[in-house]
Amino acid sequence: MATVPFFRPTPLGLSLRPAARNMLSALVLAAAALLPFVIGSDYLFSAILVPFLILSLAGLGLNVLTGYAGQLSLGSAAFMAVGAFATYNLLVRLPDLPLPAALLGGGLVSGLVGLGFGLPSLRIKGFYLIASTLAAQFFIPWLLSQYSWFSNGNASGVITAPPLRLGPVDLDSPAGHYAATLAVVVLITWMAANLLKGPTGRAWIAVRDLDASAAALGIAPGRAKLFAFAVSSFILGIAGALWAFTYLGTVEPAGFDLDRSFQILFIIIIGGLGSIRGNFLGAAFIVLLPVALSLAASAIIGGNVDPALLENIQKLLFGALIIFFLVTEPDGLTQLVDRAHRTRSSWIGLGKFRQQER
Amino acid sequence: MTFFLEVLIGGALAGVMYSLVAIGFVLIYRASGVFNFAQGTMILFAALTFANLVEMGAPMVLAFAVTLALLVVSAILTERLVLRPLANRSVITLFLATLGLSYVFEGVSQIAWGTQVHALDIGLTDDPIALGGLNLSRFDLAATAIAGVLVAALAVLTGRTGLGLSLRAVAADPLAALSIGIRQERVTVIAWSLAGFVALVAGLLWGARSGVQFSLALIVLKALPVLIIGGFTSVGGVIVAGILVGAGEKLAEIFLGPIIGSGIENWFAYVLALLFLLIRPTGLFGQRDFVRI
Repeated sequence: MATVPFFRPTPLGLSLRPAARNMLSALVLAAAALLPFVIGSDYLFSAILVPFLILSLAGLGLNVLTGYAGQLSLGSAAFMAVGAFATYNLLVRLPDLPLPAALLGGGLVSGLVGLGFGLPSLRIKGFYLIASTLAAQFFIPWLLSQYSWFSNGNASGVITAPPLRLGPVDLDSPAGHYAATLAVVVLITWMAANLLKGPTGRAWIAVRDLDASAAALGIAPGRAKLFAFAVSSFILGIAGALWAFTYLGTVEPAGFDLDRSFQILFIIIIGGLGSIRGNFLGAAFIVLLPVALSLAASAIIGGNVDPALLENIQKLLFGALIIFFLVTEPDGLTQLVDRAHRTRSSWIGLGKFRQQER
Repeated sequence: MTFFLEVLIGGALAGVMYSLVAIGFVLIYRASGVFNFAQGTMILFAALTFANLVEMGAPMVLAFAVTLALLVVSAILTERLVLRPLANRSVITLFLATLGLSYVFEGVSQIAWGTQVHALDIGLTDDPIALGGLNLSRFDLAATAIAGVLVAALAVLTGRTGLGLSLRAVAADPLAALSIGIRQERVTVIAWSLAGFVALVAGLLWGARSGVQFSLALIVLKALPVLIIGGFTSVGGVIVAGILVGAGEKLAEIFLGPIIGSGIENWFAYVLALLFLLIRPTGLFGQRDFVRI
């Protein structure tokens, strides 16, 4: 019996004309770069915007592997940990290394480790492959906390970010952290978008949809999968380094546990598999939902709500939402936004300028 | 040598408990082709409900019956609200849905019953018993016996009865099964209810040993590699794999731990599973699927 594929084909046509699309991106970017500084609240920077950007980047990392190349991974957090600890070691052991180089180095180390854990994908297909990423998820944090060398001698494996600076510019303030995070996230997202638009991205999509057919088209599925593992872990590694340095400041290997991996998986399910914008929508959702929930709870019940109860309500809600999205909106929030946009633009008569998607 | 044997057998017996959890997976996988990540939180839900009912003064039999009834209701709801709308979707989509289901079970059980640890006494003690010169846990032996009976019963049920035949028919080819009049929804509900029953038994055994608490849900992470090594479709394979993993990780922790560091238990099973997969990509006794284009 024919089954509907896990993914619908990713639309290659765009919903906006390129010029309009570029303008929109530029507007969003300008707003992201300027608006928070106008508002200038430290809470907004450190508790909302920085984690939102980092989680979006992590979502992008996982989406490359799962949404585009079709390889399910439950070990995202482990690769984030590798990136964080590798960057930390580069900064501590090579004090002259500038921050961007250390970040790049951390990403590359994580990419290599990801490549290693991706090797079984050459032989194991489908579901059994989660053994490999789960092995990474349990083995890597264990390794990092077991040997204090990784944390420069800290017995419990805790690392603390050194003061962040870029040449003469001091980045050690909530606004500085935000600026640094934004710059990295924009740069990586732009690079990833170009990669995904080109032959590499198309090869990944072909492998995802049916690797035997991809092979018949002259794509080497094994090589494509391995490269996806490497790129995905590279991005996750950089997200992990940012998580440790610009968001938390102090982090231990246990902070990168299975729950974090699930969180990132939920971001891409809710946001949209195989979509770049989806990562940002999903991350915004994941960051804002707990805030909204606790506000709502204290508004309804009044006073202090038991945090354990709140956490369980959140779990219930997330679980139900995952199922809801998988059932009714498999392409996630990004599809919802697209549809809203289409409805509105056909309403004001702009529809005829766009390519129809599907 | 005696110590080595004690560790080996103790680990193997603990491994049978992993198998018990993994059998719940196999039941559901065979009937609906779904890899049910929620099996772990089903165990948590079952054990918490049972423990709280007993603490409220219900006799054990009644508590067992009520918990089982709740599990059957949740099986019906799962079929209606999750599986039916997702019919014909890919294996990975279904897996992700059970991940959501797992969060729902966890949230519901802890909202309803709180997050405290409950002691559970089901009349089994953990005293060591001397057997042929070896000190073995009485509890482990009893648990192994219960698991053995359960496995035999399930093997008969799925292998020798009409119900078992329809379970396998639905898994093999849902469309053909429908066309010969098998009621797929009902078969699915029965499989999930059976898995709920297995979860209840596993929850009682694990809960009696280590207290009824959230960590019960984490057994799923131990059962997963067992399942991967054994193959998703084979009850026998899962038993063998459970014993292998249980014995292997205890031996590794005790004899390898002092050399490379403690806490090996957390990842040993996965590395073992990975090694197995590299040699046999469909597990010990799993069936190889063919890909059609």
